[in-house]
Amino acid sequence: MRGGAPGGSAKHAAIVRRPFFWIIALVIAAFAVAPLLGNDVELRESLLLAAVYITLASNLNIMLGYAGYVNFGSIVFFGLGGYLCIYLMGSPGWPLVAAILVAGAGVSLLALLFGLGILRLRGAYFALGTIGVNEAVQAFVSNFDPWGGSSGIYLSTELFQALGGPMQALWSIYFLLVAVMGLSLYLSYAIKSSKFGLGLLAIGQNEDAAAVLGVPTALYKALAYSASAFLPAIAGGLYFFKSAFIQPTDAFDLTFSTEAIVIIMLGGQGTIIGPVLGGYFYEELRGWLLTSETFSHFQLVVAGVLLLLIVLFLPGGLMGWLHGRWPKLRRVLE
Amino acid sequence: MNRLCLMAAAAVIAAPAASFAADNTLTIGMTQSRTGALNVDSLAQQRGFDMWRDEVNAAGGIKVGDKRYKVQFALYDDQSQGSRVQQLYTRLIVQDKAQFLFSPYSSGLTATAAVISEQYGKLMIITGGAEPKTYELGNKYLFQIITPADHYLTGAVEALATKDPHAKVALVYSDDPFSKAVVQATRDQAKEAGFADVLDEAYPPSTTDFGPLVNKVISSGADALLGGGHYADGATLARQLYDQKANLKWVTLLVAPGDAKFATLGQAALGISVGSQWEEKATFKPQIGPTGAEFAKAFKAKFNEEADYHSASGYAGGLILQHAIEQAGSLDTDKVAAALNAMDITTFFGQCKFATDAKHHGLQVAHQMVLAQWQMKNGKLEREVIWPKAAATADILYPIR
Amino acid sequence: MSGLFASIIDGVLVGSVYGLAAMGLTLIWGVTDVVNLTHGSAIVAGMFGLYLLTSTGVPPYATLPLILVGGFLVGLLLYWICVHRVIGRPPLMSLLSTFSVNLVLIGLGTAVWGTALFNVPVALPSVSWQRYTFPGTHILAAVLTAAIAGCLYVFLHRTRLGKAIRAVANNRGAAELVGIPTTQVLSLAFGLGVALAGVSGMLIATLFPFTLLSGDAYQLKSFVVIVLGGLGNPTGALLGGIALGLVEGLSTPFMPVSWTLVIEFVLFVIVLIAYPNGLLAPRRA
Repeated sequence: MRGGAPGGSAKHAAIVRRPFFWIIALVIAAFAVAPLLGNDVELRESLLLAAVYITLASNLNIMLGYAGYVNFGSIVFFGLGGYLCIYLMGSPGWPLVAAILVAGAGVSLLALLFGLGILRLRGAYFALGTIGVNEAVQAFVSNFDPWGGSSGIYLSTELFQALGGPMQALWSIYFLLVAVMGLSLYLSYAIKSSKFGLGLLAIGQNEDAAAVLGVPTALYKALAYSASAFLPAIAGGLYFFKSAFIQPTDAFDLTFSTEAIVIIMLGGQGTIIGPVLGGYFYEELRGWLLTSETFSHFQLVVAGVLLLLIVLFLPGGLMGWLHGRWPKLRRVLE
Repeated sequence: MNRLCLMAAAAVIAAPAASFAADNTLTIGMTQSRTGALNVDSLAQQRGFDMWRDEVNAAGGIKVGDKRYKVQFALYDDQSQGSRVQQLYTRLIVQDKAQFLFSPYSSGLTATAAVISEQYGKLMIITGGAEPKTYELGNKYLFQIITPADHYLTGAVEALATKDPHAKVALVYSDDPFSKAVVQATRDQAKEAGFADVLDEAYPPSTTDFGPLVNKVISSGADALLGGGHYADGATLARQLYDQKANLKWVTLLVAPGDAKFATLGQAALGISVGSQWEEKATFKPQIGPTGAEFAKAFKAKFNEEADYHSASGYAGGLILQHAIEQAGSLDTDKVAAALNAMDITTFFGQCKFATDAKHHGLQVAHQMVLAQWQMKNGKLEREVIWPKAAATADILYPIR
Repeated sequence: MSGLFASIIDGVLVGSVYGLAAMGLTLIWGVTDVVNLTHGSAIVAGMFGLYLLTSTGVPPYATLPLILVGGFLVGLLLYWICVHRVIGRPPLMSLLSTFSVNLVLIGLGTAVWGTALFNVPVALPSVSWQRYTFPGTHILAAVLTAAIAGCLYVFLHRTRLGKAIRAVANNRGAAELVGIPTTQVLSLAFGLGVALAGVSGMLIATLFPFTLLSGDAYQLKSFVVIVLGGLGNPTGALLGGIALGLVEGLSTPFMPVSWTLVIEFVLFVIVLIAYPNGLLAPRRA
């Protein structure tokens, strides 16, 4: 899992020169270009969902893979981001870009506040706490009338005109989401190759020891928690703008955050490219099962059995398997 | 186990169905909830669609000009969740080349799917989304077959007013978009009728125990309860009202009592009424298609299960689309939409006419709901139509306890 | 005022059943360190157990021992399918393995029963007080729950096997050193946890109608209960359940019910942060 990182002061310049930087760029380019070839909107819709999954998983990985904190309710960032964005675009009439940026910043700030409380918890207690926060927020939003309570908020489809009509808007939203996904990967990479990231990894290994060695654990955890909220919130804004509709049950759906955890596991926790592989394969698998003539009636059963086999026999995820198979890959693919 | 076999059989049969010659088939796309919380009602709706398709194909197909088109469905499981609905509808349009769309079941999923219909300019017949907000967002291609949410409890208010014009009413309803839209209208209708509103409570849809809430209803001194929500919650509420001897004189709930399985509540079901989009016992003179009795009989013969209003709305949705296509003499979306905009017709399901102004386009404006009540007939619980008077098959049972 | 009193009684009665539902989850968690995400399905299995057995003519409450034994066997099976290989691995692994099995169970259940409504009518005399009524099923369920919790306490604290379970919960390595066959104990605890979940499902099904997906709500409630009662503390779960029932019962008369969930989960988070060992359980070192 260690990158061949040259330490010291020249780090930032070095990042661009490392092959992995360009591997990430390649992934992003592939996402951006693939559906354009042949104008394949079906592929675009599938990749859009994959990009959302990857964004969620990649940011979740900062807390989970690096610091070892299982955030079960990470979907709360996504949902709140969606709500803030849709709300701002509704009656106040903000443009999309302003709305998602404010949504991202607002949710990050909120995460910092939540974090001060629940980051005092560890292990399973923390996991439970994040479920509690998600459920509390969902229950609150369901009662919060300015956001439409449980009925949610509907956007007029005319808003798509600002992005060049409904068809063009779908492309724009897709590219924005791919950009958010790319930023998530670079954020993940930048954190991992920084002193901050080393601190998080130390916390993940042994938090008490890390504290003794001088890692400001409370600060680092809070920052990581807050940073991992920013991009998912923006993704939430884009995702729900695409639907032109948001309601609490969709916005704070725990299955979504459980799926993000599954994706990290599939790909390999603590790695950067792992969530990409996991997100892509998970989306393809579920999508294929849902639409296959043979399996669609039993898609839950088949998905369950496949996941179980992977968890039991490939515990390191795809990256763990790749690294085990070709140890040299460790140096290139993080 | 029966279902299991049926599904296995369906999976086998579905494969060759895809190999219709493409030029004389018409593909209609939809997602339904094969898994998840909405599975029961969605399955009922889907059976309505299926029966319509089979009958159309047996009769040679839909007539467009001098050609006949067989109907074929492209159908995916939306898992009762919004997250994949948009992807699947896009796939239906792009990959499966669906020329027309049917809606998923429930207001929430329909709202999510409706955007795709607009984005791709495909016409969607909506049989499972009653929430009216979806039609106010500037659509051109949505057409709602069922009565919108505002009228689900209108019949209940009118019927109750004939029995007790000063009834003390408790509004107890699920905190979800559909139920809230219903009760928002009911609140005003109750006030107009002269009822006293003694309790107004939205409960979380995940509520498991209604005990404290039922005690609150008892404390409020209400005579009547209007509300409910979907399936499990409505049934639990009905059973706890009975178990805790709330002794209300009148109870109307949404959705749940419309299902045949509601009768398994036994005595707790007695007297509970439901606003229903269609009842077998309500008779309309259809201008096209079968009569209600014919539909119900054929449905029972095909699926060995009673038709409920979700099945009826599904079948009616198919009929109306077929009629519009035949009227338009074309498969062109805009021409069929124009035919639908101009339509005013009665089927076994009732009257059908759509709002055509831009502010509410596609909203159903003519269909009327009926009020059905669980009554004891020869020692068996049966659902009888009690309102409107003209369609009634039995007298109103009041008070119910 | 009498309405409030009625709500308190009701809260205690139903709350104790919530407690029973959570007992299995917290037992498994405490002993095996596994967050059992098949818990909701186990509860639903108990519900369907009641439904299937009563439809073959077994009296409702006679199904309890059958479901207890059946649940235990199913639990053992689940342990060997999805838990054994992930014991001692990071908590994520067990989360995912039980999550996968849960997908399979729900998928199979949907294929067989759909998500339709089931109701098992149980006729028992009820107790009335002023205008309020406490159904006999609720009272009996609470009594049975208390009895089961009592038996569990005696089992865990007074029998050799129970002590072995607690020893493994406290320190698996040390338990192994003194010769306790930990694998057997772990599988036993898992089986027992599933059996308790099944029995709670059976009792819940005597109170309320249910569907295949009813388990989700009880699983979430169980999380709240075990936090209130103390993680890994099965008898504390009973008190946690009653506390939750009281919150529901006490808040309803004074505020819109739609706010109950907000209170429940805010309380949950606060208790978790301030009293990680549980609000009602004695503090352990």
